[in-house]
Amino acid sequence: MAQFTLPKNSTIDKAAGKTFKSPGAKKPRSFKIYRYDPDTGANPRVDTYEVDMAACGPMVLDALIKIKNEVDPTLTFRRSCREGICGSCAMNIDGTNTLACIKGCDEVSGDVAIYPLPHMPVIKDLVPDMTHFYAQLASIEPWLKTDTPAPTRERLQSEDDRAKIDGLYECILCACCSTSCPSYWWNSDRYLGPAILLQAYRWLIDSRDEATGERLDALEDPFKLYRCHTIMNCTKTCPKGLNPAKAIAETKKMMVERTV
Amino acid sequence: MIGPYYKPQMTSMLSITHRITGLGLSLGAILLVVWLSCLAAGPDCYALIAPHLAAWYGKLVIFAFTWSLLYHFCNGIRHLMWDLGKGLDMPTAEKTGYAVIFASLGLTAGVFVLTLV
Repeated sequence: MAQFTLPKNSTIDKAAGKTFKSPGAKKPRSFKIYRYDPDTGANPRVDTYEVDMAACGPMVLDALIKIKNEVDPTLTFRRSCREGICGSCAMNIDGTNTLACIKGCDEVSGDVAIYPLPHMPVIKDLVPDMTHFYAQLASIEPWLKTDTPAPTRERLQSEDDRAKIDGLYECILCACCSTSCPSYWWNSDRYLGPAILLQAYRWLIDSRDEATGERLDALEDPFKLYRCHTIMNCTKTCPKGLNPAKAIAETKKMMVERTV
Repeated sequence: MIGPYYKPQMTSMLSITHRITGLGLSLGAILLVVWLSCLAAGPDCYALIAPHLAAWYGKLVIFAFTWSLLYHFCNGIRHLMWDLGKGLDMPTAEKTGYAVIFASLGLTAGVFVLTLV
């Protein structure tokens, strides 16, 4: 069922937020960061960190790392590649989902608000629980399925067929799109969400895959696919510039085309 | 714990407006039936609702209904286009979004000008 308000234990305790000043900073900038500590069980709070941008890298992730190294080592977040290819540092920055490593601090006006991905269970601070998301990915069986005997070398593909998976294979499964989708906030138990549906389409459209019919059968469901109402928050927020809404529309077209 | 916050996007706001106007049209359809029933039932019955339709709140409801209809109509065309797999890139979707806003307001104004003339 749609949840329009946060449960009591998830509302932000405004009074509990701490402020960490940075005295003598040449270019101070405030970062308001969501904090939740599972060990205390207290409601989440928003801490404010002043960072001297004169001594900090340009990206939001640089500021987060600086805060963790120099101010507050308890601040918890995921990061790895710091160049937009791993998808680990997906979070909600300035109200929209993106990767902290490729979001410049100068792209945000005023204080930089940083929250975990919306409507995901939070493990700690900016770290969401992705278990369900990954289980949904596994459910679409994201690998090449074939009935024909394996050839002695690669399965060949024409250049045109290969071009069909451009804009799909680049997805890094950061979950920015799925967690920006109101349908996914409210029906993620049964709706697969834009990221997983884009992955599903990546295998549907692959000329080498021979399980197209079974894949479409698996998606033929009032919730898995059809909770997409073309809201388009997914495409708007994708940090890689991909278009999950288009992939879903094409999947819906394939559904229709095979029945007429 | 559930993460809390998402900034309203033009994309999602137009979408929720589409739903709300759809709901408004369902409720408006009931009023339309009431109006037609009164019309069919004769002058005495019609005299019961005529003052309400002429009052400011009646006009407001008619205005809201007209705009809801036209917004839902224009955005419905946008949705049909999307269902054909066209116009789903972000620049086009934003342009058609603005077009829907202006077209629905313009057409609503047009309807009211026509009825007043």
